[in-house]
Amino acid sequence: MNETAIKAKIAVWKFASCDGCQLQLLDLEDELLALADAVHIAYFMEASRHFEPGPYDISIVEGSVTTPHDLEHIQDIRAQSGFLMTIGACATSGGIQALRNFADVDDFIRIVYAEPTFIKTLEKSTAISEHVHVDFELRGCPINKRQLLEVLTALVHGKTPTVPKHSVCIECKARGNSCVMVTRGAPCLGPVTQAGCNAICPAYDRACFGCYGPCETPNLPSLLEEWRHVGATEPEIERSVHTFNAWAPAFREIPKAQEEP
Amino acid sequence: MTEKTKIIQVDYLARVEGEGAMYVRIDDDKVTDVKLKIFEPPRFFEAFLRGRHHTEAPDITARICGICPVAYQMSAVHAIESISGVILPEYLRDLRRLLYCGEWISSHTLHMYMLHIPDFLGYAGAVEMAKDHGDIVRRGLELKKAGNAIMATLGGREVHPINVRVGGFYKLPNRAEMKTLGQTLRHARDLAQQTLDWIATLDFPDLERDYIFVALRHESEYPFNEGRVVSSQGLDIPVEEFPNHFEEIHVEHSTALQGRMKDGNAYFVGPMARFNLNYDRLPEPIQVAAKAGGLEHPVKNPFRSLLVRALETVYACDEALRIIDAFKKRDPFVEIPLVAGTGHAITEAPRGLLYHRYTIDDQGIIQDAVIIPPTSQNQPTIEEDLFDLVTQNLHLPDAELQHLCEQSIRNYDPCISCATHFLNIKVERNR
Repeated sequence: MNETAIKAKIAVWKFASCDGCQLQLLDLEDELLALADAVHIAYFMEASRHFEPGPYDISIVEGSVTTPHDLEHIQDIRAQSGFLMTIGACATSGGIQALRNFADVDDFIRIVYAEPTFIKTLEKSTAISEHVHVDFELRGCPINKRQLLEVLTALVHGKTPTVPKHSVCIECKARGNSCVMVTRGAPCLGPVTQAGCNAICPAYDRACFGCYGPCETPNLPSLLEEWRHVGATEPEIERSVHTFNAWAPAFREIPKAQEEP
Repeated sequence: MTEKTKIIQVDYLARVEGEGAMYVRIDDDKVTDVKLKIFEPPRFFEAFLRGRHHTEAPDITARICGICPVAYQMSAVHAIESISGVILPEYLRDLRRLLYCGEWISSHTLHMYMLHIPDFLGYAGAVEMAKDHGDIVRRGLELKKAGNAIMATLGGREVHPINVRVGGFYKLPNRAEMKTLGQTLRHARDLAQQTLDWIATLDFPDLERDYIFVALRHESEYPFNEGRVVSSQGLDIPVEEFPNHFEEIHVEHSTALQGRMKDGNAYFVGPMARFNLNYDRLPEPIQVAAKAGGLEHPVKNPFRSLLVRALETVYACDEALRIIDAFKKRDPFVEIPLVAGTGHAITEAPRGLLYHRYTIDDQGIIQDAVIIPPTSQNQPTIEEDLFDLVTQNLHLPDAELQHLCEQSIRNYDPCISCATHFLNIKVERNR
């Protein structure tokens, strides 16, 4: 990009999360300096103590909404942002911490903290899109840094970013993996999980465990019927579906076993 | 000063890394209050681990930290395996060390080049620093990438590796992949040595305190996954006795529990503690490199932890190469029989010792989980450092004093978001 071009002003924000998705920016070892040159990074606390006030052209948001302060903060970020994209399972579905949504959060607080009154937390951990309009979601636990780079490159060039919404199965076939469910009866979430990781788990001889959340039009009832046929128990099914994307609408309710005809 | 801080003793803890702030109060030119405030929202891992299957622990606890997921995976699998009493064969033990070497290299290098060195050279961050010192930043990025190459080859990916399981790994890399990794690490070894040589030329602020250092100590190796817990005051206990000597306190200004010894003393975990307590376990070439880098033993200036990280990075490259060169493809895991009971493990995360304890029932379901991360253990020491540092530097203008305090907090490499969320530092002077 030449010097006279106006560079996109970017901010990176953090809510409840492990920092791993932001870290993917810094893990772009070969591209980081070129990227930093092509855009104007105005707010990125993980990387710099220098920051500039908004408005921002692009806000990248990691993490889920879990505190009363978060509720106000995300509105403020939305108001200051032209394009708001969320990154990672926490921001796009509530993350692993959304397991509290299925329990009594007060019990959770008492298990972890001796002095529960010090702790201010919401009953539910929720996706950013439950609170404000989100222009683009990048999935994954963690996100794939190649996808992140593609999305940012598209945005910098004024294009609409896009990532595949199909299932991990497509990547798995393209990679030449043998199907872990067909060959070994392993309960694999790949058929209902969005692509993006390059079918990494089947390539390492294990079943997909759903880091990228539900794919477009997932058929969870049908998949779980197959799992039951290969011997998965109901508690195993619930645990498998309820991990990093448990609060994603398509994974929230576990479909019950279908009646035998 | 009015004592507002409420102190409660607890045995269970929660997250640490994340958003924090610092508060220093000075009355009549005396420091009267220092607080490292951590307000990272709690995520309740110990609570939702209850009811999960024990084989899920490595994948779930990895999500506590995107910077050191391997540490969580290692403490989890070792704690769970300890219940059955199965000892893994030597080659799997070595491969776990290799994976940990990858995390040490990438995490230490991230901290050195991107989080800490900018303080020493007066830049806001590594990207700003790259404008004047491009070659240095590029060297750091390349070294970090080598650590990540280990994580990607053996772990499947850099953040939240997918290849760690109770009993070993799901699949081992092939020899060609390991050969490529060896070439990457041989080059990284040079970069790590250059890093150490260069860091040795930096100016370090003065601060020395009598710390109680605590680290793992193994009978023959520099510690990663095994050893006894030892301290610079002569403590020497097996891992399962850790809760008898250390406790966690819930204070109002932190959503992370604070670790203290049962006698109330603050203690110090991390690279400096490991180095001071395990110097004789470092191979001779690394001891020589330490001396050449001007690293004294024991080291008591926390700012010089930067040098120790550089030294540990050189060591991790050597150790990785030793394991890579000896690699033969064998079974990726051993079966671990299901045994109900309680298991403990401590491993050395890049930032210091990480304790996990699990109780599982005869169905393999987790009934109770306790996780004590290094940053929560270092919190009281960080606060004590700040107290002394501010007392000794009251003459400095506020902005300079603030920056020195930030730099001092980063000595502990509190997980990344902590390290860089210290913008809310407030110095209050009442006269």
